[in-house]
Amino acid sequence: MLTINNLHAELEEEGKQILKGVDLVVEPGKVHAIMGPNGSGKSTLSYILAGRDGYAVTEGSATLDGVDLLEMAPEERAAAGLFLAFQYPVEIPGVGNMTFLRTALNAQRKAQGQEELSAGDFLKFVREKAKTLKIDAEMLKRPVNVGFSGGEKKRNEILQMQVLEPKMCILDETDSGLDVDAMKLVAEGVNGLRDGKRSFLVITHYQRLLDHIQPDVVHIMANGRIIRTGGPELALEVENNGYADLLAEAN
Amino acid sequence: MSSVKEIEVREGVDRETVEKVAALSGKYKHGWETEIETEYAPKGLNTDIVRLISEKNGEPAWMTEWRLQAFARWQTMTEPKWAMVNYPEIDFQDQYYYARPKSMMQKPKSLDEVDPKLLATYAKLGIPLKEQMILAGVDGAEDMPSEGRKVAVDAVFDSVSVGTTFKEELKKAGVIFCAISEAIREYPDLVKKYLGSVVPVTDNYYATLNSAVFSDGSFVYIPPGVRCPMELSTYFRINAENTGQFERTLIIADKGSFVSYLEGCTAPKRDQAQLHAAVVEIVIEEDAEVKYSTVQNWYPGDENGKGGIYNFVTKRADCRGDRAKVMWTQVETGSAVTWKYPSCILRGEASQGEFYSIAITNNMQQADTGTKMVHLGANTRSRIVSKGISAGQAQNTYRGLVSMHPKAKNSRNYTQCDSLLIGDKCGAHTVPYIEVKNNSSRVEHEATTSKVDDDQMFYCLSRGIGEEEAVALIVNGFCKEVLQALPMEFAMEAQQLVAISLEGSVG
Repeated sequence: MLTINNLHAELEEEGKQILKGVDLVVEPGKVHAIMGPNGSGKSTLSYILAGRDGYAVTEGSATLDGVDLLEMAPEERAAAGLFLAFQYPVEIPGVGNMTFLRTALNAQRKAQGQEELSAGDFLKFVREKAKTLKIDAEMLKRPVNVGFSGGEKKRNEILQMQVLEPKMCILDETDSGLDVDAMKLVAEGVNGLRDGKRSFLVITHYQRLLDHIQPDVVHIMANGRIIRTGGPELALEVENNGYADLLAEAN
Repeated sequence: MSSVKEIEVREGVDRETVEKVAALSGKYKHGWETEIETEYAPKGLNTDIVRLISEKNGEPAWMTEWRLQAFARWQTMTEPKWAMVNYPEIDFQDQYYYARPKSMMQKPKSLDEVDPKLLATYAKLGIPLKEQMILAGVDGAEDMPSEGRKVAVDAVFDSVSVGTTFKEELKKAGVIFCAISEAIREYPDLVKKYLGSVVPVTDNYYATLNSAVFSDGSFVYIPPGVRCPMELSTYFRINAENTGQFERTLIIADKGSFVSYLEGCTAPKRDQAQLHAAVVEIVIEEDAEVKYSTVQNWYPGDENGKGGIYNFVTKRADCRGDRAKVMWTQVETGSAVTWKYPSCILRGEASQGEFYSIAITNNMQQADTGTKMVHLGANTRSRIVSKGISAGQAQNTYRGLVSMHPKAKNSRNYTQCDSLLIGDKCGAHTVPYIEVKNNSSRVEHEATTSKVDDDQMFYCLSRGIGEEEAVALIVNGFCKEVLQALPMEFAMEAQQLVAISLEGSVG
């Protein structure tokens, strides 16, 4: 599914190197987690995969099902099946949540050569998904993320993911700022999308999200590299001992 | 639940916008020119031309005299220079002041006799077939069945009103809707009483020029207690080359009446700039209400600022009676230079004025636009919501006056003035003038300036929405409050315009 090979990247303006050779393969249907201390380059990795401006890839590659991601515009990556759930979802005043969802879905369908969904079909489709995430009609009408609580914003990200049905989902610290109940809702939303084919890359600081979204593989990232890869037990190790030992070991 | 339906409608509208925009692919949509045989008066401006225009319209002597006085006054005036716009000196002698399609000279008997090019023009303007026939002056067209919802249309082609639809039906309700040239002949008492009573002949350079040379325009009279049975609409089209368009609109809403009036404007693409100096006067009596909506899409000139319309317009509403109400809504996307301040004189007690504006400037366009809220009566209310959007190298200025006079006790104004910048070569300016001469009134002014920020763009892109669609989405969101104030059909047109006029502004 997602293959990252020796990826090096730096901040375009400052020339500061952030990724220093990331290797990662996420197989179809698998959930991989990336954990690591602040500043390790986790979020940068997700931005570079989604195509955000401001970063320069200096070496290495990233492909989705064999297609070069780094050559594509962000909207093309989305149409190819990549989705990034933002750590800080962005507010767009005046644009209704439904309008946004529908514009996004139809843009992707068009790019994929599919018919656009009619207003009626779309409404039915979204309502169903919204219900399981406890998103009511009022919240669908409100402008995108404007005045949403932290939990509402994250649920809204998951709703977008459910509506757009990507094949590769990246969740960037989706658990930050969530209380236990909200985290459960979000995790249920993600788990509902696990169908044996769709893949996930879950970026998080803490083990607690991984109690709800069980990963197949856990990676520890530090200083722009993946320094350890293991099973779910690796996350527990971090939880109990912190990153200090792992970091010392890597050095 | 009603909210369900609401979502469906809104969704449909937004979707349609995007589809239309995609289909139109970035060109000025109304840039075509119709090759119609046109009758011109000689170039230049002098008393003979003023007399000629008056004569062509079959005007009575008092009207000719009115024009001549205006012309004499104009000759003593100088062009105002205070607006934040730059343009080359206008040579007023190098313009035509009167042009009309030749086919209007005799009334055709059927569509076959109508200049097909004129009909094609109406079709391109999106006017329905039946209205096209009526506008072309086809006998009997009024009695034909019509499609869809009724909107009475008056079309002004270059200097003359070429026809008005639904006249008979409106007449039954007592509403007069006709060309102002016709009103001067048929309803001289009404015209004499109200013409120049809101925008005096001496008001300003362009209004005075208009008073001297206006060739046509629309006239509306709504009698006491009548709610106008349909929306009234005027399409202004400048077709002829080197021709100034000077239309004059006079709307009178008598006691307790209501009317919603729409105005649309387009012009062909030309290398040479063209002058448009209109005057709109609205008189609103006790308990009456007027909604005036404009979608102004004159040709803006090319990316390098060549050509385009100079739009110098004076629009004013006078709330004469108590509890009179006026609402201006404007979407300004066209013109090379815009100089326009639709104003409200709140004379009657508890009268209300509202001004909702979207002004979009791209490439080399310049707009200096806003409103004046003059509170004269007690307990008067006004509300201003202005959304300015600049892209390319455009300059966009909001200029607004809120004036509370000594007798305007307990009056209120709320002004919200938001600017949005796209790119780093454009400018947005806000120039509020506030005068309060009593101590019981309240004036609030809020202003914001923002950029279409990278985070918003990336968020949209990462969801699969392309750049131009993303900008259109964000800007339409920014303008939402104003778009909602427009009648439905206009709101759709306006959304498309917002998207089209900003194409090429990113990337």
